Amino acid sequence: MTSVIIAKSKLNDFLASLKSGYQVLGPVRQGDMIAFGPVNKAEDLALPYSNTRLSIKSVFFPQSERMFGYSLDKEDADAGIIKETPKEYPNRVVLGLRPCDAKAVTLVDVNMDNPQFQDPWWVKRRETTTLIGLGCEHPCSTCFCTSMGSGPFDETGLDVLLTELPDAYLAKSLTPKGDQLLKQAKGTDAASPANEKTAAEIKTKAEQTLPQLDTAKLKDKNMMELFNARFWERVQFACINCGACTFLCPTCWCFDIQDEVSKKAGDRIRNWDSCMFPLFTLHGTGHNPRDHKVQRVRQRFMHKLKYYIDKYGDGPACVGCGRCVQACPVNIDIRNVITLMNEYQTSAGTKA
Amino acid sequence: MLEYVGKIRDIARRLLSENKVDVVIGFRQGTIPMMSEPAVVSRPEDVDELYWDYNCGINLTNYLTKRTDRIGVVAKGCDSRNIVTHIVENQIKREQLYIIGVPCHGMIDRSRILAALDGQEPTAVVVNDTEIVVTGPGFERKFNRQEYLQNNCATCIHRNPVVYDELVAEKVEEQKLDDRYADVKKIEAMSPDEKWAFFDKILAPCLRCYACRNACPLCYCPTCFVDESRPQWLGKSIDPTDVRTFHFLRAYHCAGRCTDCGACERACPVNIPVRLLTKKLNMDVEDLYGFEPGMVPDVRPPLDVYRPDDPGGFIK
Amino acid sequence: MGNPYLPYPVRIDEIITETEDKNLKTFKFVFLNPADEQAFKYEPGQFAELSIAGKGEIPIGIASSPTETGFLKFTVNKVGLVTSHLHNMSVGDVMGVRGPLGNWYPLKELEGKNIVIVGGGFAFTTLRSTIVYLLQPENRSRFGDITVIYGARTPGMLLYKDELAAWEQRSDIHMHITVDRADDPTWKYNVGFVPAITEQKAPSAENAVAIVCGPPIMIKFTQPVLEKVGFTPDTIIMSLEMRMKCGIGICGRCNLGTEYVCKDGPVFTLAQLNNLPKEY
Repeated sequence: MTSVIIAKSKLNDFLASLKSGYQVLGPVRQGDMIAFGPVNKAEDLALPYSNTRLSIKSVFFPQSERMFGYSLDKEDADAGIIKETPKEYPNRVVLGLRPCDAKAVTLVDVNMDNPQFQDPWWVKRRETTTLIGLGCEHPCSTCFCTSMGSGPFDETGLDVLLTELPDAYLAKSLTPKGDQLLKQAKGTDAASPANEKTAAEIKTKAEQTLPQLDTAKLKDKNMMELFNARFWERVQFACINCGACTFLCPTCWCFDIQDEVSKKAGDRIRNWDSCMFPLFTLHGTGHNPRDHKVQRVRQRFMHKLKYYIDKYGDGPACVGCGRCVQACPVNIDIRNVITLMNEYQTSAGTKA
Repeated sequence: MLEYVGKIRDIARRLLSENKVDVVIGFRQGTIPMMSEPAVVSRPEDVDELYWDYNCGINLTNYLTKRTDRIGVVAKGCDSRNIVTHIVENQIKREQLYIIGVPCHGMIDRSRILAALDGQEPTAVVVNDTEIVVTGPGFERKFNRQEYLQNNCATCIHRNPVVYDELVAEKVEEQKLDDRYADVKKIEAMSPDEKWAFFDKILAPCLRCYACRNACPLCYCPTCFVDESRPQWLGKSIDPTDVRTFHFLRAYHCAGRCTDCGACERACPVNIPVRLLTKKLNMDVEDLYGFEPGMVPDVRPPLDVYRPDDPGGFIK
Repeated sequence: MGNPYLPYPVRIDEIITETEDKNLKTFKFVFLNPADEQAFKYEPGQFAELSIAGKGEIPIGIASSPTETGFLKFTVNKVGLVTSHLHNMSVGDVMGVRGPLGNWYPLKELEGKNIVIVGGGFAFTTLRSTIVYLLQPENRSRFGDITVIYGARTPGMLLYKDELAAWEQRSDIHMHITVDRADDPTWKYNVGFVPAITEQKAPSAENAVAIVCGPPIMIKFTQPVLEKVGFTPDTIIMSLEMRMKCGIGICGRCNLGTEYVCKDGPVFTLAQLNNLPKEY
């Protein structure tokens, strides 16, 4: 694993060399927001930035995506047969995502790419995308990444980690994909031990600015006792059951599948879905196992902070990016919910 | 406005202690600057949770729909008009409510302030009579309060509750405005192509998270038209046609009912000015029918009534 | 890498209207590509997504048994958009089947045991698959007594009437067919709700497991009866229905706590369900 220096004055050389082998995406301005979009030159990057409004997930898992197509024309021999449609998977680089987003991608991998089933689109895009993260020298006040197993300079899921130094970026390669990218890149110079030392200091300082939430006890809580806890009533009151938290969340992966027809042809499309929506679990018969708001609010938090941990022995499925804290229209703050869950005194105390 | 806090708590404590209500619905102080959380309190000892400041832009009438208990509810001007609408539309009964009226000074526009800070993050926001003082790591910025009010508050002419059982303070002076619909008229003046491009641009970031719809007290339908599956009126992707259909139709459903409380716009996570749509229809209803929503109990919204003697020829 | 969302193309080979209200039809499908049939290896209790271009998909339990080859059978209740459309389709029409999905009744582990099958209404489909499997000559000897209690609202609402009649004639399976009410004076079987008939017939819990599939109300009242005669949460096996989309544990909607009904289920023991949120 190598480290190199990219002088800020040479960022355009670096980008130009990347563009010869990759499509380059990065944080760019879109109206009031910063979002991942095409980057042609260094000036396109919305730097410095705190974080993108929407997470990285749409790069691998677009909000609406055509899965299959079909003909409904009775004249066609293959009418009614659902078929794969060719898709392009160009080599891509995402430049400048925050480490929490990369960590989140690895948490979603567990769902999309498991021993039994692989989501082909997610897997293919993961394979062809190289992630160059940008460490957070100044985490936001709503960030709590270090409490969730990530951090402002977390290397998980990244191929290269950038640390911003006064006049340059220190680029540390973390994977063979990262090695290859840096080897081909122009505009790089050898890093010195002094650079590495400065980067380490920046990292430590940033980590110290972050609050510590205790999550250690979540693992050993009894799932059913947490499920039946009384605090959900209080947590859910303000919730309006919109999908803002789930759509902005980098680890929310739920989707719906819909057929859309135009004249004599149609598409099977998948769209992001949300456990906040009553329709999400509504049976054809009209029965709805999560008919009440409290059930849906509980599902979201329990999934991230308990079910995921119990099911995969990893997690929680939250990286502390703070997007939901910022975007919830009614200020439901996951940090408070984590504490409520972590501190909840169940009768048994530990897992039966 | 902080002086309201003590008064709200006193009233809530009294109502709960005297068993006049089962619960009081108000706001709790937010966990981040410029936010607050709707909250319900059912015991006198918990009333100190209640709070009030310049960030209470969510409409609490949204939390009254179809409740069956006796409720004390904190209501600013627009909330009170939605309470009237709720009563007219049989979503709540007046007898169930004890309305704690709040003469309102207008709510501050969080998204515009955040945009103006351009990535700098506020850690504390203090509002005084004229200014919004925002501080964060290594910076202090001051904003003119009137300029950075939520747009709906800047054009509001009903800051005082229109229905209440008790006021937390003396009524405030209502604003005298030359033209409350200047923003709508600007769009009306556009050519069809310009309008099309404008709507496309403002709706482009929509995620269909439905925060606007769900924050709206008018949107209480058991099944919203976007969620109907048989027939399915519109697709569920982010195809622009479906996104437009959602926003335009929702606005029509609010015509003559919307109090311009701004909750929809405040709730939007991607800063879509959804109020422009509802406001246009409000303006039309005001022009065509001389009707202002939520002002008079017992009068149903004009688009909700059929009269055989309607002067409009189209109906015959 | 195969695409787990892509259905196999199939042709509707036969449609049988099962019930007098015409709301239940059995569809027999044949694969358009013989290789797909080879790939579609299933066990009783599994389900598949029936996939109709332009309409969508619907998860349905497989009613045929792996011991029957050359086709798949599904009995479909007309409820929503996809099933209503399917009911209007004709023999020869092409659609898709995606699966097999989910887990299955653990019949291999139950060899040597007595099997009690309790079914109600249109949830009898995967139980039919199970019975056909168990009665297959080389399988039958591996199991002890087989008892079936199956009920419907009226005689006309029973599924697979010809097969039920044939099983009634056999000595290696104890059939207890029942209806809630019978207007037909020639009705020769039981009258009464499934829980009551279960109590009356009191199948022994000795070295036995019960496989229960039916509407929630039937399950609610059958469970205590089974427990009374000695079945334990470990020996009561149930199959759940949920709203599903992907069918492979990825789209996120059908969970009960940690378990996805589509992938980790739909078959659970009562003991497992007792430790999961009752969100079904």
